[in-house]
Amino acid sequence: MPTPTTLFDKVWDAHVIRHIDDGPDVFFIDRHFIHEVTSPVAFLGLEGRNAPVLFSERTFATADHNTPTLNQHLPVADPLSANQLDALARNSARYNISHWGLGHQKNGIVHVVGPENGITLPGMTIVCGDSHTSTHGAFGAIAFGIGTSEVEMVLATQCIMQPKPKKMRISVNGTLGKGVVPKDVALYIISQISASGATGYFVEYAGDVFRTMSMEGRMTVCNMSIEMGARGGMVAPDQTTLAYLKGRDLAPQGDAWDKLVPYWESLKTDDGAAFDVDMTFHAADIEPQITYGTNPGMGTGVTRQIPLSANQADGDASYQKSLTYMGFAENESMLGKPIDFVFLGSCTNGRIEDFRAFASIVKGRQKAVNVTAWLVPGSHIVEAQIKAEGILDVLTEAGFALRQPGCSACLAMNEDKIPAGKYAVSTSNRNFEGRQGPGARTLLASPLVAAAAAVTGVVTDPRELI
Amino acid sequence: MSLLSQAYNSRVSKLITAAADRSSFSTHRSKNMAYDHFTILRSTAVPMPIENVDTDQIIPARFLKATERKGFGDNLFRDWRYTADGSPKADFVLNDPTYTGEGLPRKILVGGKNFGSGSSREHAAWAIYDYGFRCVVSSFFADIFKGNALNIGILPVQVSPEFLARIFAAIDADPNTELEVNLPDQTITLLTTGESESFDINGYKKNNLLNGYDDIDYLLSMKDEIVQFADARPF
Repeated sequence: MPTPTTLFDKVWDAHVIRHIDDGPDVFFIDRHFIHEVTSPVAFLGLEGRNAPVLFSERTFATADHNTPTLNQHLPVADPLSANQLDALARNSARYNISHWGLGHQKNGIVHVVGPENGITLPGMTIVCGDSHTSTHGAFGAIAFGIGTSEVEMVLATQCIMQPKPKKMRISVNGTLGKGVVPKDVALYIISQISASGATGYFVEYAGDVFRTMSMEGRMTVCNMSIEMGARGGMVAPDQTTLAYLKGRDLAPQGDAWDKLVPYWESLKTDDGAAFDVDMTFHAADIEPQITYGTNPGMGTGVTRQIPLSANQADGDASYQKSLTYMGFAENESMLGKPIDFVFLGSCTNGRIEDFRAFASIVKGRQKAVNVTAWLVPGSHIVEAQIKAEGILDVLTEAGFALRQPGCSACLAMNEDKIPAGKYAVSTSNRNFEGRQGPGARTLLASPLVAAAAAVTGVVTDPRELI
Repeated sequence: MSLLSQAYNSRVSKLITAAADRSSFSTHRSKNMAYDHFTILRSTAVPMPIENVDTDQIIPARFLKATERKGFGDNLFRDWRYTADGSPKADFVLNDPTYTGEGLPRKILVGGKNFGSGSSREHAAWAIYDYGFRCVVSSFFADIFKGNALNIGILPVQVSPEFLARIFAAIDADPNTELEVNLPDQTITLLTTGESESFDINGYKKNNLLNGYDDIDYLLSMKDEIVQFADARPF
């Protein structure tokens, strides 16, 4: 009998062109996404070498990090941002790379548009100069973020030099309770294993909760893999995966699709395959989550108190520094904390399901007067769907407005910055100091928790509004 | 075929001929010296005993708008280093004359565990390099940062939590404590006490750093093999 193998090994090993003794693998990349921020220096490097792009059809460009979310039809006001967007357009044209720039009907956040257009497929290797490339692992792809030197490497050679990570399996079994959504599962896992608990590993998510989870939900969880230190995370493809992809614009069609199905169905971890670390959590232990600190591991149940520093893995000084930045103290309750901003969007929670969830809470209610809410769809396709499903009407009646697609306040590279000292409940992925603007204070949460805060003006348990 | 691509193809074929032993990295020769060689570094160090130093602290996103790799050192640790109006924060280590005075620049940065977590922005490594550091010491590095550092010629040295605590204590006792980072021997030594620890690095990357080699030259030398591999992919 052949040795039982993991999903990760099956996909990884199929992409190794050469193994270097006492060194990395020469690793082939099926799909490469680029955006305006981490690619310009890579193109300069290419130019310096007089090297062409080896396979331009395997790279896809979209503008997202540095784009305005209002008045996208007007020229971009910030000259530096405009220059970066122009550079992406110019470089894409010069090297014959598909480019979905600002205003293009398929434009949006790279990790939203890749899957929704069927560019991402099971069994692929996918990289991008962005750590949240881990999102694409939801499809049973090995997907991870790379630096700009590696962006140049992939443009020039379609390969990177990558040591094989260790393997971790995280199973969550049972059924999620009312008001507990994929973002809560991700934040809960990170709070249990810390923001560096999976560093050096590639994660496979398994168990009942992921088997019954939608593709949008799997993308949310895989997206957050990097926030536990993992290079990436993946879920074995199944009928949910194939049903999501079938018929998408750039997915294989007809015979080409049919021929791939048996391969895709083989992409699962065999019984008895070994992981370096194998851990299990119980769905019943997970309640709606919220973070109180300055790394994504500093999270807890929304009804809980801020933990005592004595119970923290991080040193006391780092813990206190973090709470001081947030303006919080040990043992305070999270419920009832006043909120200034709510941000719904990002590659973590900027998909249609997230807007449906947000609307389900705000329907028939009104935005709190003290709250500024930024609702930013992940792509124009998501935006169109929000309108088509009548969600926009619900949001408008409740006093909310929709902005245009982009990364927006997740990293606050454009004008969407949370002011210093203000509190934002955010559906994005990072609560680092200054991440959403210099001095901004971020509380990471699900779209449901964000919606509950948006209509009450304070941290609220969404289960009381369902 | 353009002149440009002819020149490129002839260069690639030379590289392929040169790569006689395909499983070894020792035959690899770089045309592009991307960064300084790294052999033995002896320097005083800047201590930053903070855990989970993320790349948004190293270089905030609003400074990522350049299209060239220039001047990132000026904004290294921007929001820890400067107030909103641009004046230096006196309590931050890079503004402390003890660590930024004589013997400039200190080439070793010593950080708490999980250094470089978060975003994949190579700008973080560029900022550290541009400021003048050539080595970062911690008990634990985030994966992407570590790879980026190695790719641009910064040596990430992972030491035990105990040794890291001894380095911090030694610098605390004497800010001019010198460290020696010896890449050929893979050791890091506190020169005041002679305490030493060895560190890991894979042979391929070590060879690259010692010689200033570049991954892309290696990969271009096996272009035919890559093209053949790509042709056989199902998608």
